[in-house]
Amino acid sequence: MSNVEITRAPFDPAVLYKALFLGLVAIFVAVPLLATVLGGFKTLGELRVNPFGLPRHWEWQNYADILFSQRYWQLLRNSLIISTLTVTLTLIVASMAAFTFAHVRFFGSSMLLSYLTLGLLFPAATAVLPLFIKVRDLGLLDTYLGVVLPQVAFSLAMSILLLRRFFKDIPYELLEAALVDGCSYIKFFRYVTLPLSRPILATVGTITFVNSWNAYLLPLVMLNTDALYPWPLGIMVYQGEYSSEWHLILAFITLTILPTIILFLLAQKHIVAGLTAGAVKG
Amino acid sequence: MGAVEPAIAPIAVRGPSWDGRLTVLVLFLPPALLLFTLFVVVPIGEAAWYSAFSWNGFGRPTNWIGLDNYRFVLQTRAFWLALRNNGLIIAVSLLVQLPLALTLALMLAERFRGAVALRMLFFMPYILAEIATGLIFSFVYDGDYGLVASIWRAFGREAPHLLASTDTAMLAVLIVIVWKYFGFHMMLFIAALQSLDKSLIEAARIDGATRSQTLRHVVIPLLYPTIRLSVFFAIIGSLQLFDLVMPLTRGGPADSSNTMVSFLYNNGISRMRVGYGSAIGVILFMTCVTFAFTYKRWFMRDE
Repeated sequence: MSNVEITRAPFDPAVLYKALFLGLVAIFVAVPLLATVLGGFKTLGELRVNPFGLPRHWEWQNYADILFSQRYWQLLRNSLIISTLTVTLTLIVASMAAFTFAHVRFFGSSMLLSYLTLGLLFPAATAVLPLFIKVRDLGLLDTYLGVVLPQVAFSLAMSILLLRRFFKDIPYELLEAALVDGCSYIKFFRYVTLPLSRPILATVGTITFVNSWNAYLLPLVMLNTDALYPWPLGIMVYQGEYSSEWHLILAFITLTILPTIILFLLAQKHIVAGLTAGAVKG
Repeated sequence: MGAVEPAIAPIAVRGPSWDGRLTVLVLFLPPALLLFTLFVVVPIGEAAWYSAFSWNGFGRPTNWIGLDNYRFVLQTRAFWLALRNNGLIIAVSLLVQLPLALTLALMLAERFRGAVALRMLFFMPYILAEIATGLIFSFVYDGDYGLVASIWRAFGREAPHLLASTDTAMLAVLIVIVWKYFGFHMMLFIAALQSLDKSLIEAARIDGATRSQTLRHVVIPLLYPTIRLSVFFAIIGSLQLFDLVMPLTRGGPADSSNTMVSFLYNNGISRMRVGYGSAIGVILFMTCVTFAFTYKRWFMRDE
């Protein structure tokens, strides 16, 4: 687009409107987030009269109490265990399947792939009651695996599609040459495909991680013990206990979204590329 | 999906390599198929089966009641409210969120100082957990401590409890939905804009088209595939919406802000009415699948 004249013509009213509009949207997005972070530094009384501004007196106690509580770290630990297991299993299972679909021709291959991609069409919620009964009958209720396995199953469709597309771009002269030299498919997968596919593995891993880290419905249905709760469940319990002590709740929210925001700032490129590419190419 | 791939292995090694391929087939495919079948496909089938029973989830289902659960669901006022709310979410996504996202994308796809920072800021709500977002906004809307309340009070008015009134609860939820998701759609459009063929736009400019003509007759038509995709995600997303509603209103007051999934949760799962809940699940499943296939056939034929 011809943007040069726009950015260099300071008196064009269009520029002014544009800046005004962007500013308004930025305020709309940023104010709730800033108010949350700052709210955690206020006392309840100050929050009531001054919800927007900087705290007159910075109340570090709210944050410190949470940071020194066992509860906060336990929630994060549970979330980390569940997300890490989900990501690891998804990457292993999906990359194996994607490799087969990309490099091995067999009868029914495209049919099986279509079967797996059915998973893209509906949310886990549709079958969550039978899923609950299945997990209960397997004896996995109230365990990490009871959350992890369904999460992996529901993330397979998208992961396999993304990985297969990437694997197919690996030139198959490489595979031919390797096979002629006596390398097996499995060794090729392990020593050539996977190392070459780091970018797409990172992308798929990021999508899966963010989804699992933020998940609420499956853990809510599958877990009953507070000690196993991931943070979205834990924070709802916390909110229930401190129903209108908003300064504490806001501090808790801030501390629980902090890992997400740090991860986002560190891995912006992967996350943006992953979440939008995952969507576009699915 | 895709066409059949050409055989990879050259003829010379077909003998030994077939063994290799068989090993791969036997070792690499079953885990995915097993997990997917066990935790995705079978539960959907079971939902259809359970939906014909009145069952609390314990023992075996024995009390066969045929299609009664579906009748009960369709007779519940809250179901139609939930359906209406999903319709509202879709309407707001199409009429407010999509134009907003597109406008911002057109502005921020250009390079100027701060563009990247603004993109990141606008995308940030999308990566926050729905639960956290819902809690943040239940503070924003809180009638005693919230941001909205203090604005109201600044004008000397009595602060409303937006989430506690059947008139405003859904409106409040809709605003949060736009807040959370417009950045994602904006990023879709920015990605599309950056991969557009610039020569088409230049050609239009050289031929004397004004900026707005170029936009209207060249850029927007080139974005149609992305717009269709964005609409698709908005609709599928609306049908899944749950996490965001729970911390805000739990679907209330008086079911006025339920979505299909929160209705399913409140009436099926939390009361362990397996048959009734499964019937809702099946209805939701049919809606999603019918929609996805129809939409793909009608609007996304070439993709």
